[in-house]
Amino acid sequence: MSDAGLKSRLVPRLLLAPAVSTLLLWMIVPLAMTVYFSFIRYNLMRPDVTGSAGWMNYEFFITNPAFGDAVFNTLLLLGSTVLVTVVFGLLIALLINDPFPGRALVRVLLISPFFVMPTVNALLWKHMMMNPIYGVLAQVWTFFGWTPIDWMTDFPLGSIIIMISWQWLPFAVLIFVTALQSMDREQLEASELDGATYLQQLRYLYLPHMARAISVVVMIEVIFLLSVFAEIFVTTAGGPGTASTNLAFLIFTEALLNFDVGAASAGAVFAIILANIVAIFLIRMIGKNLEN
Amino acid sequence: MSFAQKSKSATVIRSSVAWLIALVMFFPILFLTVTAFKTELQAIAVPSVWFFEPTLENFTEVQERSDYLHYAWNSVLTSVMSTLLGLLIAIPAAFSFAFTPTRRTKDILMWMLSTKMMPAVGALVPIYVLSQKTGLLDTRFALIIIFTMMNLPIMVWMLYSAFKDIPHEIFEAARMDGAGLWEEFRHVLLPLGMGGIASTGLLCLVLAWNEAFWVLNLTSSQAGTLASLVASYSSPEGLFWAKLSAVSVLAIAPIVVFGWFSQKQLVQGLTFGAVK
Repeated sequence: MSDAGLKSRLVPRLLLAPAVSTLLLWMIVPLAMTVYFSFIRYNLMRPDVTGSAGWMNYEFFITNPAFGDAVFNTLLLLGSTVLVTVVFGLLIALLINDPFPGRALVRVLLISPFFVMPTVNALLWKHMMMNPIYGVLAQVWTFFGWTPIDWMTDFPLGSIIIMISWQWLPFAVLIFVTALQSMDREQLEASELDGATYLQQLRYLYLPHMARAISVVVMIEVIFLLSVFAEIFVTTAGGPGTASTNLAFLIFTEALLNFDVGAASAGAVFAIILANIVAIFLIRMIGKNLEN
Repeated sequence: MSFAQKSKSATVIRSSVAWLIALVMFFPILFLTVTAFKTELQAIAVPSVWFFEPTLENFTEVQERSDYLHYAWNSVLTSVMSTLLGLLIAIPAAFSFAFTPTRRTKDILMWMLSTKMMPAVGALVPIYVLSQKTGLLDTRFALIIIFTMMNLPIMVWMLYSAFKDIPHEIFEAARMDGAGLWEEFRHVLLPLGMGGIASTGLLCLVLAWNEAFWVLNLTSSQAGTLASLVASYSSPEGLFWAKLSAVSVLAIAPIVVFGWFSQKQLVQGLTFGAVK
């Protein structure tokens, strides 16, 4: 506003128009349709049954015993992955912050998993790492004389958390390393002369400096991890039972496997509400860090 | 122990731990790549075989059986086109946000981000129905549009935080010299904002290349990308590890190698202005 620039007030608005209008369409049209579908009887296998459904679809979706599990799994998946990646991301970033032989190569190796597509990630871990007979982890377990774990059966959600953390840990490391490089060296040296221990430096210098970077990592991960799908789709298919079903996968099951568009849409409305609750919570918590 | 010695041994320990972690993190990719060159029997051998005569059989079989190049071309086309289209829409918006902010700028930015928090699955049924009705199901065109919209909020946000750091005075000076909007854009924003634009483009390219949700649900043989090709090797062939590895390596190699070379560039914008 203070900027005298772009002459009139019209030009900046015109520049915004394509982005705002397409995003608005992208949001409103599916949202309106989803809400509409959620109130009608719409089953692809029963085209003869039509008409208003009232709150039936919602009732059907909520009373589905899988619903509670799915909400819980969605939040658990999100929470654990964020926690694991932020904590280990910080530790690894601190570890590789100062130069050492081969640091550039270490960085390249560390960030590679971020570029691996979710379907490959999932299949790679399911078969080659976690297979209870031939898998690498089974071999490691046998080497130490332990009984190999049947990951997909005994820890389905845990396995998926491992896969997703493997993918997102590099992202956290990447951001944290970059943030650490802008630390004030003189301040660090001064604190050393004053006899500050490493732990004190971590608490009073590193952590405050990293607050913004941590906020960014949490924000981006929440955006991407609320709707994890491919990893579940190609590994456990939500099972056994509902042990690894998240909300995204449950809606998918209703819509494309049970052909019940009405119930799936009611589920989608729940997913949107949940996402908004998390978003508001998130913006309250870390929004301040993102402002200037 | 003198100070120098102590810090030297500390560096040795620190770098060994760092190397160990890096190798553990990279190990699955290494294992996948090695397995791609094994025969099926070697692939499931326990303990794993590390010295063997490499074979290219798996790769040729993948190409013959499922036309790898077709899917690869779809991946290239959809990710590049959606990135370019996204930049075309996002750059003007970010430019406007960064240099003529209003009271509502922050709110609009937050709203844009919030659209990204809505799970894609919430829009799946409507988008599926719309694509079906318009005959766009299983077309690359639909994927390009969807990838663009999917990445747009992140693009605007990244570009905004990059452009914000360009000093306003430069634009004022340009205007004094009689530069119009296009000249401002061409001679000031583009050169000075190149870093941010490049890293935004790179991230969106990676995200589009790796996108699986929409691809799995909206495409089959026509417009399928590498993400769906890999998924098609998943269930019954679960134990044909060598072929699965070959197709996986073929799917991730282009983007992983691309990522290695562009990581420095990529990181700049990824911090979303969190790093000064």
